[in-house]
Amino acid sequence: MKIPIIYNIRSLRQRPAATLTTALGMALVVAVFVAMNALANGFRSALSSTGADENVLVLRKGANQEMYSGISRQTASIIAGYPFVAQGPDGLPLVSAETFVVIPLERATGGMANVVARGVGLNALDVRRNIEVVEGRAFRTGTREVVVGAAFVKRFDNSAIGDSIRFGGQSWQIVGHFTAGGSSFESEIWGENEQFMPVFRGEVFQTVTFRMRDPSAFDGVKASLEEDARLFVDAFREREYYENQSTLLATILSFLAVFIAGIMAVGAVFGAINTMYAAVATRAPEIGVLLTLGFRPMSVLGSFLVESVFIAALGGAIGCLMALPINGLVTSTTNWATFSEIAFAFRVTPALLLNGMIFAVVMGIVGGLLPARRAAKQQVVEALREA
Amino acid sequence: MTKAGLVRANLTRNKKRTALTIASVVIAFFLYGLLRSIITTLDATAEVGSEARLVTSNASGITFVLPESYANRLAGFEGVRSVTWQNWFGGYYQDPQDFFAQMAVKADTWLPMYPEVEITAGSADEFLRERTAAIVGVGLLEKYGWQVGQTVTLKGTIFAGDWEFVIRAAYTPTNPSFGDENMFFHYEYLYERSQGRISPGWFILQLDQPDRAADIAAAIDAQFRNSTAPTKTETERAFNAGFVTMWGNIGFLVRAIGTAVFFAILFVAANTMMMAVRERMGEVAVLKTVGFSDATLAGMVIVESVLITVVGGAIGLFLAKGALAGQTPLQSFFPGLGVTAGTIGLGMLLALVLGVVTGAIPAWQSARLSVAGALRRIG
Repeated sequence: MKIPIIYNIRSLRQRPAATLTTALGMALVVAVFVAMNALANGFRSALSSTGADENVLVLRKGANQEMYSGISRQTASIIAGYPFVAQGPDGLPLVSAETFVVIPLERATGGMANVVARGVGLNALDVRRNIEVVEGRAFRTGTREVVVGAAFVKRFDNSAIGDSIRFGGQSWQIVGHFTAGGSSFESEIWGENEQFMPVFRGEVFQTVTFRMRDPSAFDGVKASLEEDARLFVDAFREREYYENQSTLLATILSFLAVFIAGIMAVGAVFGAINTMYAAVATRAPEIGVLLTLGFRPMSVLGSFLVESVFIAALGGAIGCLMALPINGLVTSTTNWATFSEIAFAFRVTPALLLNGMIFAVVMGIVGGLLPARRAAKQQVVEALREA
Repeated sequence: MTKAGLVRANLTRNKKRTALTIASVVIAFFLYGLLRSIITTLDATAEVGSEARLVTSNASGITFVLPESYANRLAGFEGVRSVTWQNWFGGYYQDPQDFFAQMAVKADTWLPMYPEVEITAGSADEFLRERTAAIVGVGLLEKYGWQVGQTVTLKGTIFAGDWEFVIRAAYTPTNPSFGDENMFFHYEYLYERSQGRISPGWFILQLDQPDRAADIAAAIDAQFRNSTAPTKTETERAFNAGFVTMWGNIGFLVRAIGTAVFFAILFVAANTMMMAVRERMGEVAVLKTVGFSDATLAGMVIVESVLITVVGGAIGLFLAKGALAGQTPLQSFFPGLGVTAGTIGLGMLLALVLGVVTGAIPAWQSARLSVAGALRRIG
């Protein structure tokens, strides 16, 4: 017969200090685990929500970063003329030939950041579906107007509508703020490609992005572009390309999360083992009584295991609650793969919280196992003798 | 029985518990050693670079180039002893995800300007003589199994195609934060293959008088302000420090984690001490009856607690030092990553404080114990 759970709950309440400190130790481990994974999640999701599967990004052959690539006007117009490029509502091809530079700006929180300034084609907002100008308006052609992403606004001063940013020896006026589905585009400054070109890199684009008429035909599109002798390009699915840019840093962050939380967990487990050993030691008489009453040793083991898991679950819940407020907190760093600043938000998902709880429960089981075995192995007579 | 004997007896009373507590402390300080090393390495990297050298880059950012004609004009400034330049190459060896820095340099003026680059294998002269020669850091020799005299092929990204280099020399940095995984080759090679279509990335100036650095920098920027390529001049140290700030909040994050780790272990250790002392209340009462003072008993508890944290701390830091001693993948991002003497010193101090804090409440409980009440509970 199973020992009623109320026994465990009452026992925990008998030793509030020990229960609470052990639970708090575990809470911190779970909080760190959740927080670090939220960081990795946020970074990864910012980059994987950048770009669409139906869009193709074209770079010069061999250039593995937008910044390193150079595409001539001629190449851009040849690409735009291909039949597999989708058409916009106005009948013109959905193509955006873009210039890409990084400019050093100082963050509002201090320190330098390389911000991406992207000169886009006029229909860039159509080529990329998730772009929305939420405040102000889009820039007009032929002017030194720019729009800035929502994440950029949060991280840099002088980013309100009407403010000017100075770069490339020119003053550019901010006329709008845009969102891009939380993707890395939100950390960028967008202006017109024809305006950026003479100021920065001369008569070359860095990339060409277009929408495919038939998204399932990507392999054929890629082959056509890469084998065309007039061009000298590599073609990628836009989303895949940006996802790959996140691999390096996301891997480091994930590894750190597991490594640090893992080590902390070992420490916390030692603490739990200590607590449970002490509990078993002080309650030896009670265990003797339980065994006398007819509860089986396995039930006793189970009971103490449950108690340990309780403490751990309590710690896990507290830890999740502690980590929850960082959800949505925006931070930024330099993605060294692209040498540009990316702002992203911590992302605490229900799945992550569940993982945190599971982590806590596992800690509880591991920590409680040996003491519970000790409890089950008690000799009844000796246990009663201590009463 | 002496006080020391009592302390020892108490610690060995429940060996398993003591061992487990020390183990938790070991883990906490192991993590502390690792995390703090990241911070000290970042700080040290911000200090690399000389105050006697200036870097002149394009004001629009270092991804833009400067005209080669600036070299002569820069050399003409008062206080500038010599001028050299560098370009970021940005290629990779076999694996595109495997990062190390390669720079094209104006070798005849660059090498003399950098005493940090100590040639420990091969010959500087052979490097200078050959157009496709390269100097690589000893860390790269170890990482890829290269040897001096070997030809290696890198894939260019900014400069497309396959690039062959002959390793003619290897260097060991005199300052570990300079990094031993860098590769330097001739600017002329880059220029030739790009058919003259490139220019210097940034200029490096050696100054006669380092204390005039700020004035000279201002004068240079003033002169080029209204030209096609305005400049930004700063000391090399400031230039490098700028890269460190690009990491953003990572420093803060690491410190926050470190703090969380500490508190977690604080709870664990404090919990253990409290349990241990509560168990002994009866004995404490007897000791008081025999004549030991409250202060002595409290002191013994603190000593016990400190012994646990200090022993655990020492082992943990030692393990951290060992873990970072060899080649780690983090080295490319954090050159010279290792546990410094400062980290160990601070760590031991923290262990001491931790010991005192976790022992405080149980010590106070011991001191406050009413003898009669405690004795009543025995037997």
